[in-house]
Amino acid sequence: MVGFCGLSTLLISGLLLLVLGYITLHGLPGANLNFFTRLPAPVGMEGGGLAQAVAGSFILIGLACLIGIPWGIGAGIFLSEVGKDSWWGEGVRFAVDVLSGVPSIITGIFVYSILVVKLQSFSALAGGVALGIIMVPLVARNTEGILQLVPQGLREAALALGLPFWKVILKIILPTAARGIGIGVTLAVAGVAGETAPLFFTSLSNNYWSLGLLEPIASLPMEIFRYATAPFAAWHELAWTGALVLITIVVSGMLLARILLPGYNFRR
Amino acid sequence: MSRDLFRGMTAVLSLGLVLLVFLMAFVIWQQAEASVQKSGWEFIVSRHWDPVHEEFGALPYIYGTVISTMLAVLFAGPVSIGAAIYLAEFAPRRTKALLAFVVDVLAAIPSIVYGLWGSFVLAPFLRNYIEPWLGKNLGFLPFFQGSPFGLDMLAAGIMLAIMSIPVITAVAREVLETVPDGQREPLIAMGATPWEVVRIGVIPYARNGIVGAFTLGLGKAIGETMAVTMVIGNEPKISASLFSPAHSMTSVIVNEFAQATSVLHLSSLIHIGLLLFGLTLLINVLARLLIYQMSWRVKKRNENT
Amino acid sequence: MLNSCKLKIAGLQAWYDSRQVLKGFGMEIRANKITAVIGPSGCGKSTFIRCLNRMHEIVPGARVSGSVLLDEQDIYRANPVEIRRRIGMVFQAPNVFPAMSVFENIAAGLSLNGLRNKQKLREVVEKSLAQVGLLEEIGSFIHLPATGLSSGQLQRVCIARALAVQPEVILMDEPCSALDPIASFHIEELLSELKQQYTIVIVTHNMQQAARISDYTVFLSQGDLIEYGSTPTVFINPRDRRTESYITGRSA
Repeated sequence: MVGFCGLSTLLISGLLLLVLGYITLHGLPGANLNFFTRLPAPVGMEGGGLAQAVAGSFILIGLACLIGIPWGIGAGIFLSEVGKDSWWGEGVRFAVDVLSGVPSIITGIFVYSILVVKLQSFSALAGGVALGIIMVPLVARNTEGILQLVPQGLREAALALGLPFWKVILKIILPTAARGIGIGVTLAVAGVAGETAPLFFTSLSNNYWSLGLLEPIASLPMEIFRYATAPFAAWHELAWTGALVLITIVVSGMLLARILLPGYNFRR
Repeated sequence: MSRDLFRGMTAVLSLGLVLLVFLMAFVIWQQAEASVQKSGWEFIVSRHWDPVHEEFGALPYIYGTVISTMLAVLFAGPVSIGAAIYLAEFAPRRTKALLAFVVDVLAAIPSIVYGLWGSFVLAPFLRNYIEPWLGKNLGFLPFFQGSPFGLDMLAAGIMLAIMSIPVITAVAREVLETVPDGQREPLIAMGATPWEVVRIGVIPYARNGIVGAFTLGLGKAIGETMAVTMVIGNEPKISASLFSPAHSMTSVIVNEFAQATSVLHLSSLIHIGLLLFGLTLLINVLARLLIYQMSWRVKKRNENT
Repeated sequence: MLNSCKLKIAGLQAWYDSRQVLKGFGMEIRANKITAVIGPSGCGKSTFIRCLNRMHEIVPGARVSGSVLLDEQDIYRANPVEIRRRIGMVFQAPNVFPAMSVFENIAAGLSLNGLRNKQKLREVVEKSLAQVGLLEEIGSFIHLPATGLSSGQLQRVCIARALAVQPEVILMDEPCSALDPIASFHIEELLSELKQQYTIVIVTHNMQQAARISDYTVFLSQGDLIEYGSTPTVFINPRDRRTESYITGRSA
């Protein structure tokens, strides 16, 4: 029986290797400078890249961070320092849990209904908002967890010095927890970098080099999807390389987190 | 800034979160209302999805989601529990961290990447090797009849299983780790084998939490979009055969959204989204309840000793 | 004036939710003296001094009633942040701020409250370090993180940090219990010097320490004030039988 359990873990590790292996295999050949600097070439021509998708993803993630980071950290501070054992706190924690369980496609539909319809166009802004909403529970949960690890004695010492509560939190406790919170944010960013479903309804895609916030914008995940489902083999290659880039971002983020803060269990 | 002002500001941010959740539910409901009015309960039981004639029955998609996610839990369950038990009870310390990392990486791989792998690697593999074999040897079962497709229900089930494994494993492992040593020690002292200690002492105690882990995995599988869409075949068929292509609630929404032909069509798609929302909400709440109940139990035990 | 009173406490009661920890008593803390608070575990010593700088009420569900007058001003009617600048506190376990250097730690009470003048800050930090006797020992390392120091040094840094805001009263909650005897001894010497400028209230479970350094002693038991008087009197000629039992070690 113990053997079965061990075998299961072996199977899981094997799966990981299988998936990562294929991606690296198929994606590596196309991973050159062209990928990051060129726009897609017409069918049949060599040397195209997914530059607009990479740039687009950057913009979308940047927008997402503008929303997700302050909101998430604020909620995390509330859960850990302000509303800890109260009814409010439980309600907010429940909302965070619910939000983290909402499938990203639903978030996409939601943002579509309030932003895309109102603005009459798919837009990078809408994509950023959707991704931001997805980020909030991740950042909030992690922030709360890290703040809880800061010993209570520090808060007491700071208060006893005659510092107002908000200074204690913002200038002493938060800096102490900064590393862990920063890592949580990094992981959250890595997480939303790969989200595709919400983008179907918000930022969609763009064949051209467009950086306007109120225009549809290309992004790595969406382009991977479009190119993978297209009938051209050359485009499939681009999709594989795009997938490799995504994976690299995600795994590097996680490795960084493990190195900087070993042992801490990042909440899902 | 006074203490109350500061607390007030963070409270506003947090309450904003609560409002956001309500707003989401409200907006989705509102958008789906046209379809709800028109189709009513028929929506769930009718197979007839016809945008041209504006008749919408979502049964094929509901069927697709239900079957694929059940398959996912079926395939992922034993493996996840086995791995969770191994990680929590038997793994030597050094490998534990490595294996936990492996599980975390699996969890972090984006859905689209899984979908890519699934459509280019898994589906052809199924079509060329696994499904013919299954058809030949187990073809008397309705599940394995019909010509192998590759992009079918089986692929979707396996895909979702692979994606659920990390969630179930991680949560089940945490659950097992919260089982107090007081459950293991008397058995060890009596001379039980390591497996017996786990089987008799740990698992029954953690049973609710483990079911909670399964439920969380199910919740995640139900909401999965990209990976499913790329391997399920995208045809609204209801068939017992696992080799038949199918459609799921999530995949039909992404497929038809951009080309929705009428307001009602759109509303019906969002109606499916509403069902999805409600379903995942229920499942996640259930899962959390099960898991909290277990940690509550552990806390009570600790207080009493 | 010689034996003037710095803190006047009256009718002090304290609760954690519905559990009453301090049952209601009054007393006076004399200026420029060291007052020791002793008593068995759970008697309310820590709660008591936390009521003196409004730290008790920070815990959710905690409540205080009664009055504590600092130089005739009721601290419970004043701004708690102001009060805590006038009444400082040193805790049992040294709790330096890990994200800051020694210098920044000691300066924290002033710099985070708006004092930016680097010259002035340096003066204050050096003065505080000198007061706790650390200026020579770690003077050249003060811009490094506080983590490499021994617990005795860390505790003295905490005291320096509390001194830097120039309080009038210093409350100490078992400041030596996490230290070895030599470090404890240094702190005790320090306290004897400090009392010339400050009023000190120290909670301790070490009775020899209380007898050594304090001028007045308060004995609490189960939330009640059993006895209060000058240290020699309390230790040699206690009025209450319970005090005597505790001091001679007969009861828990």
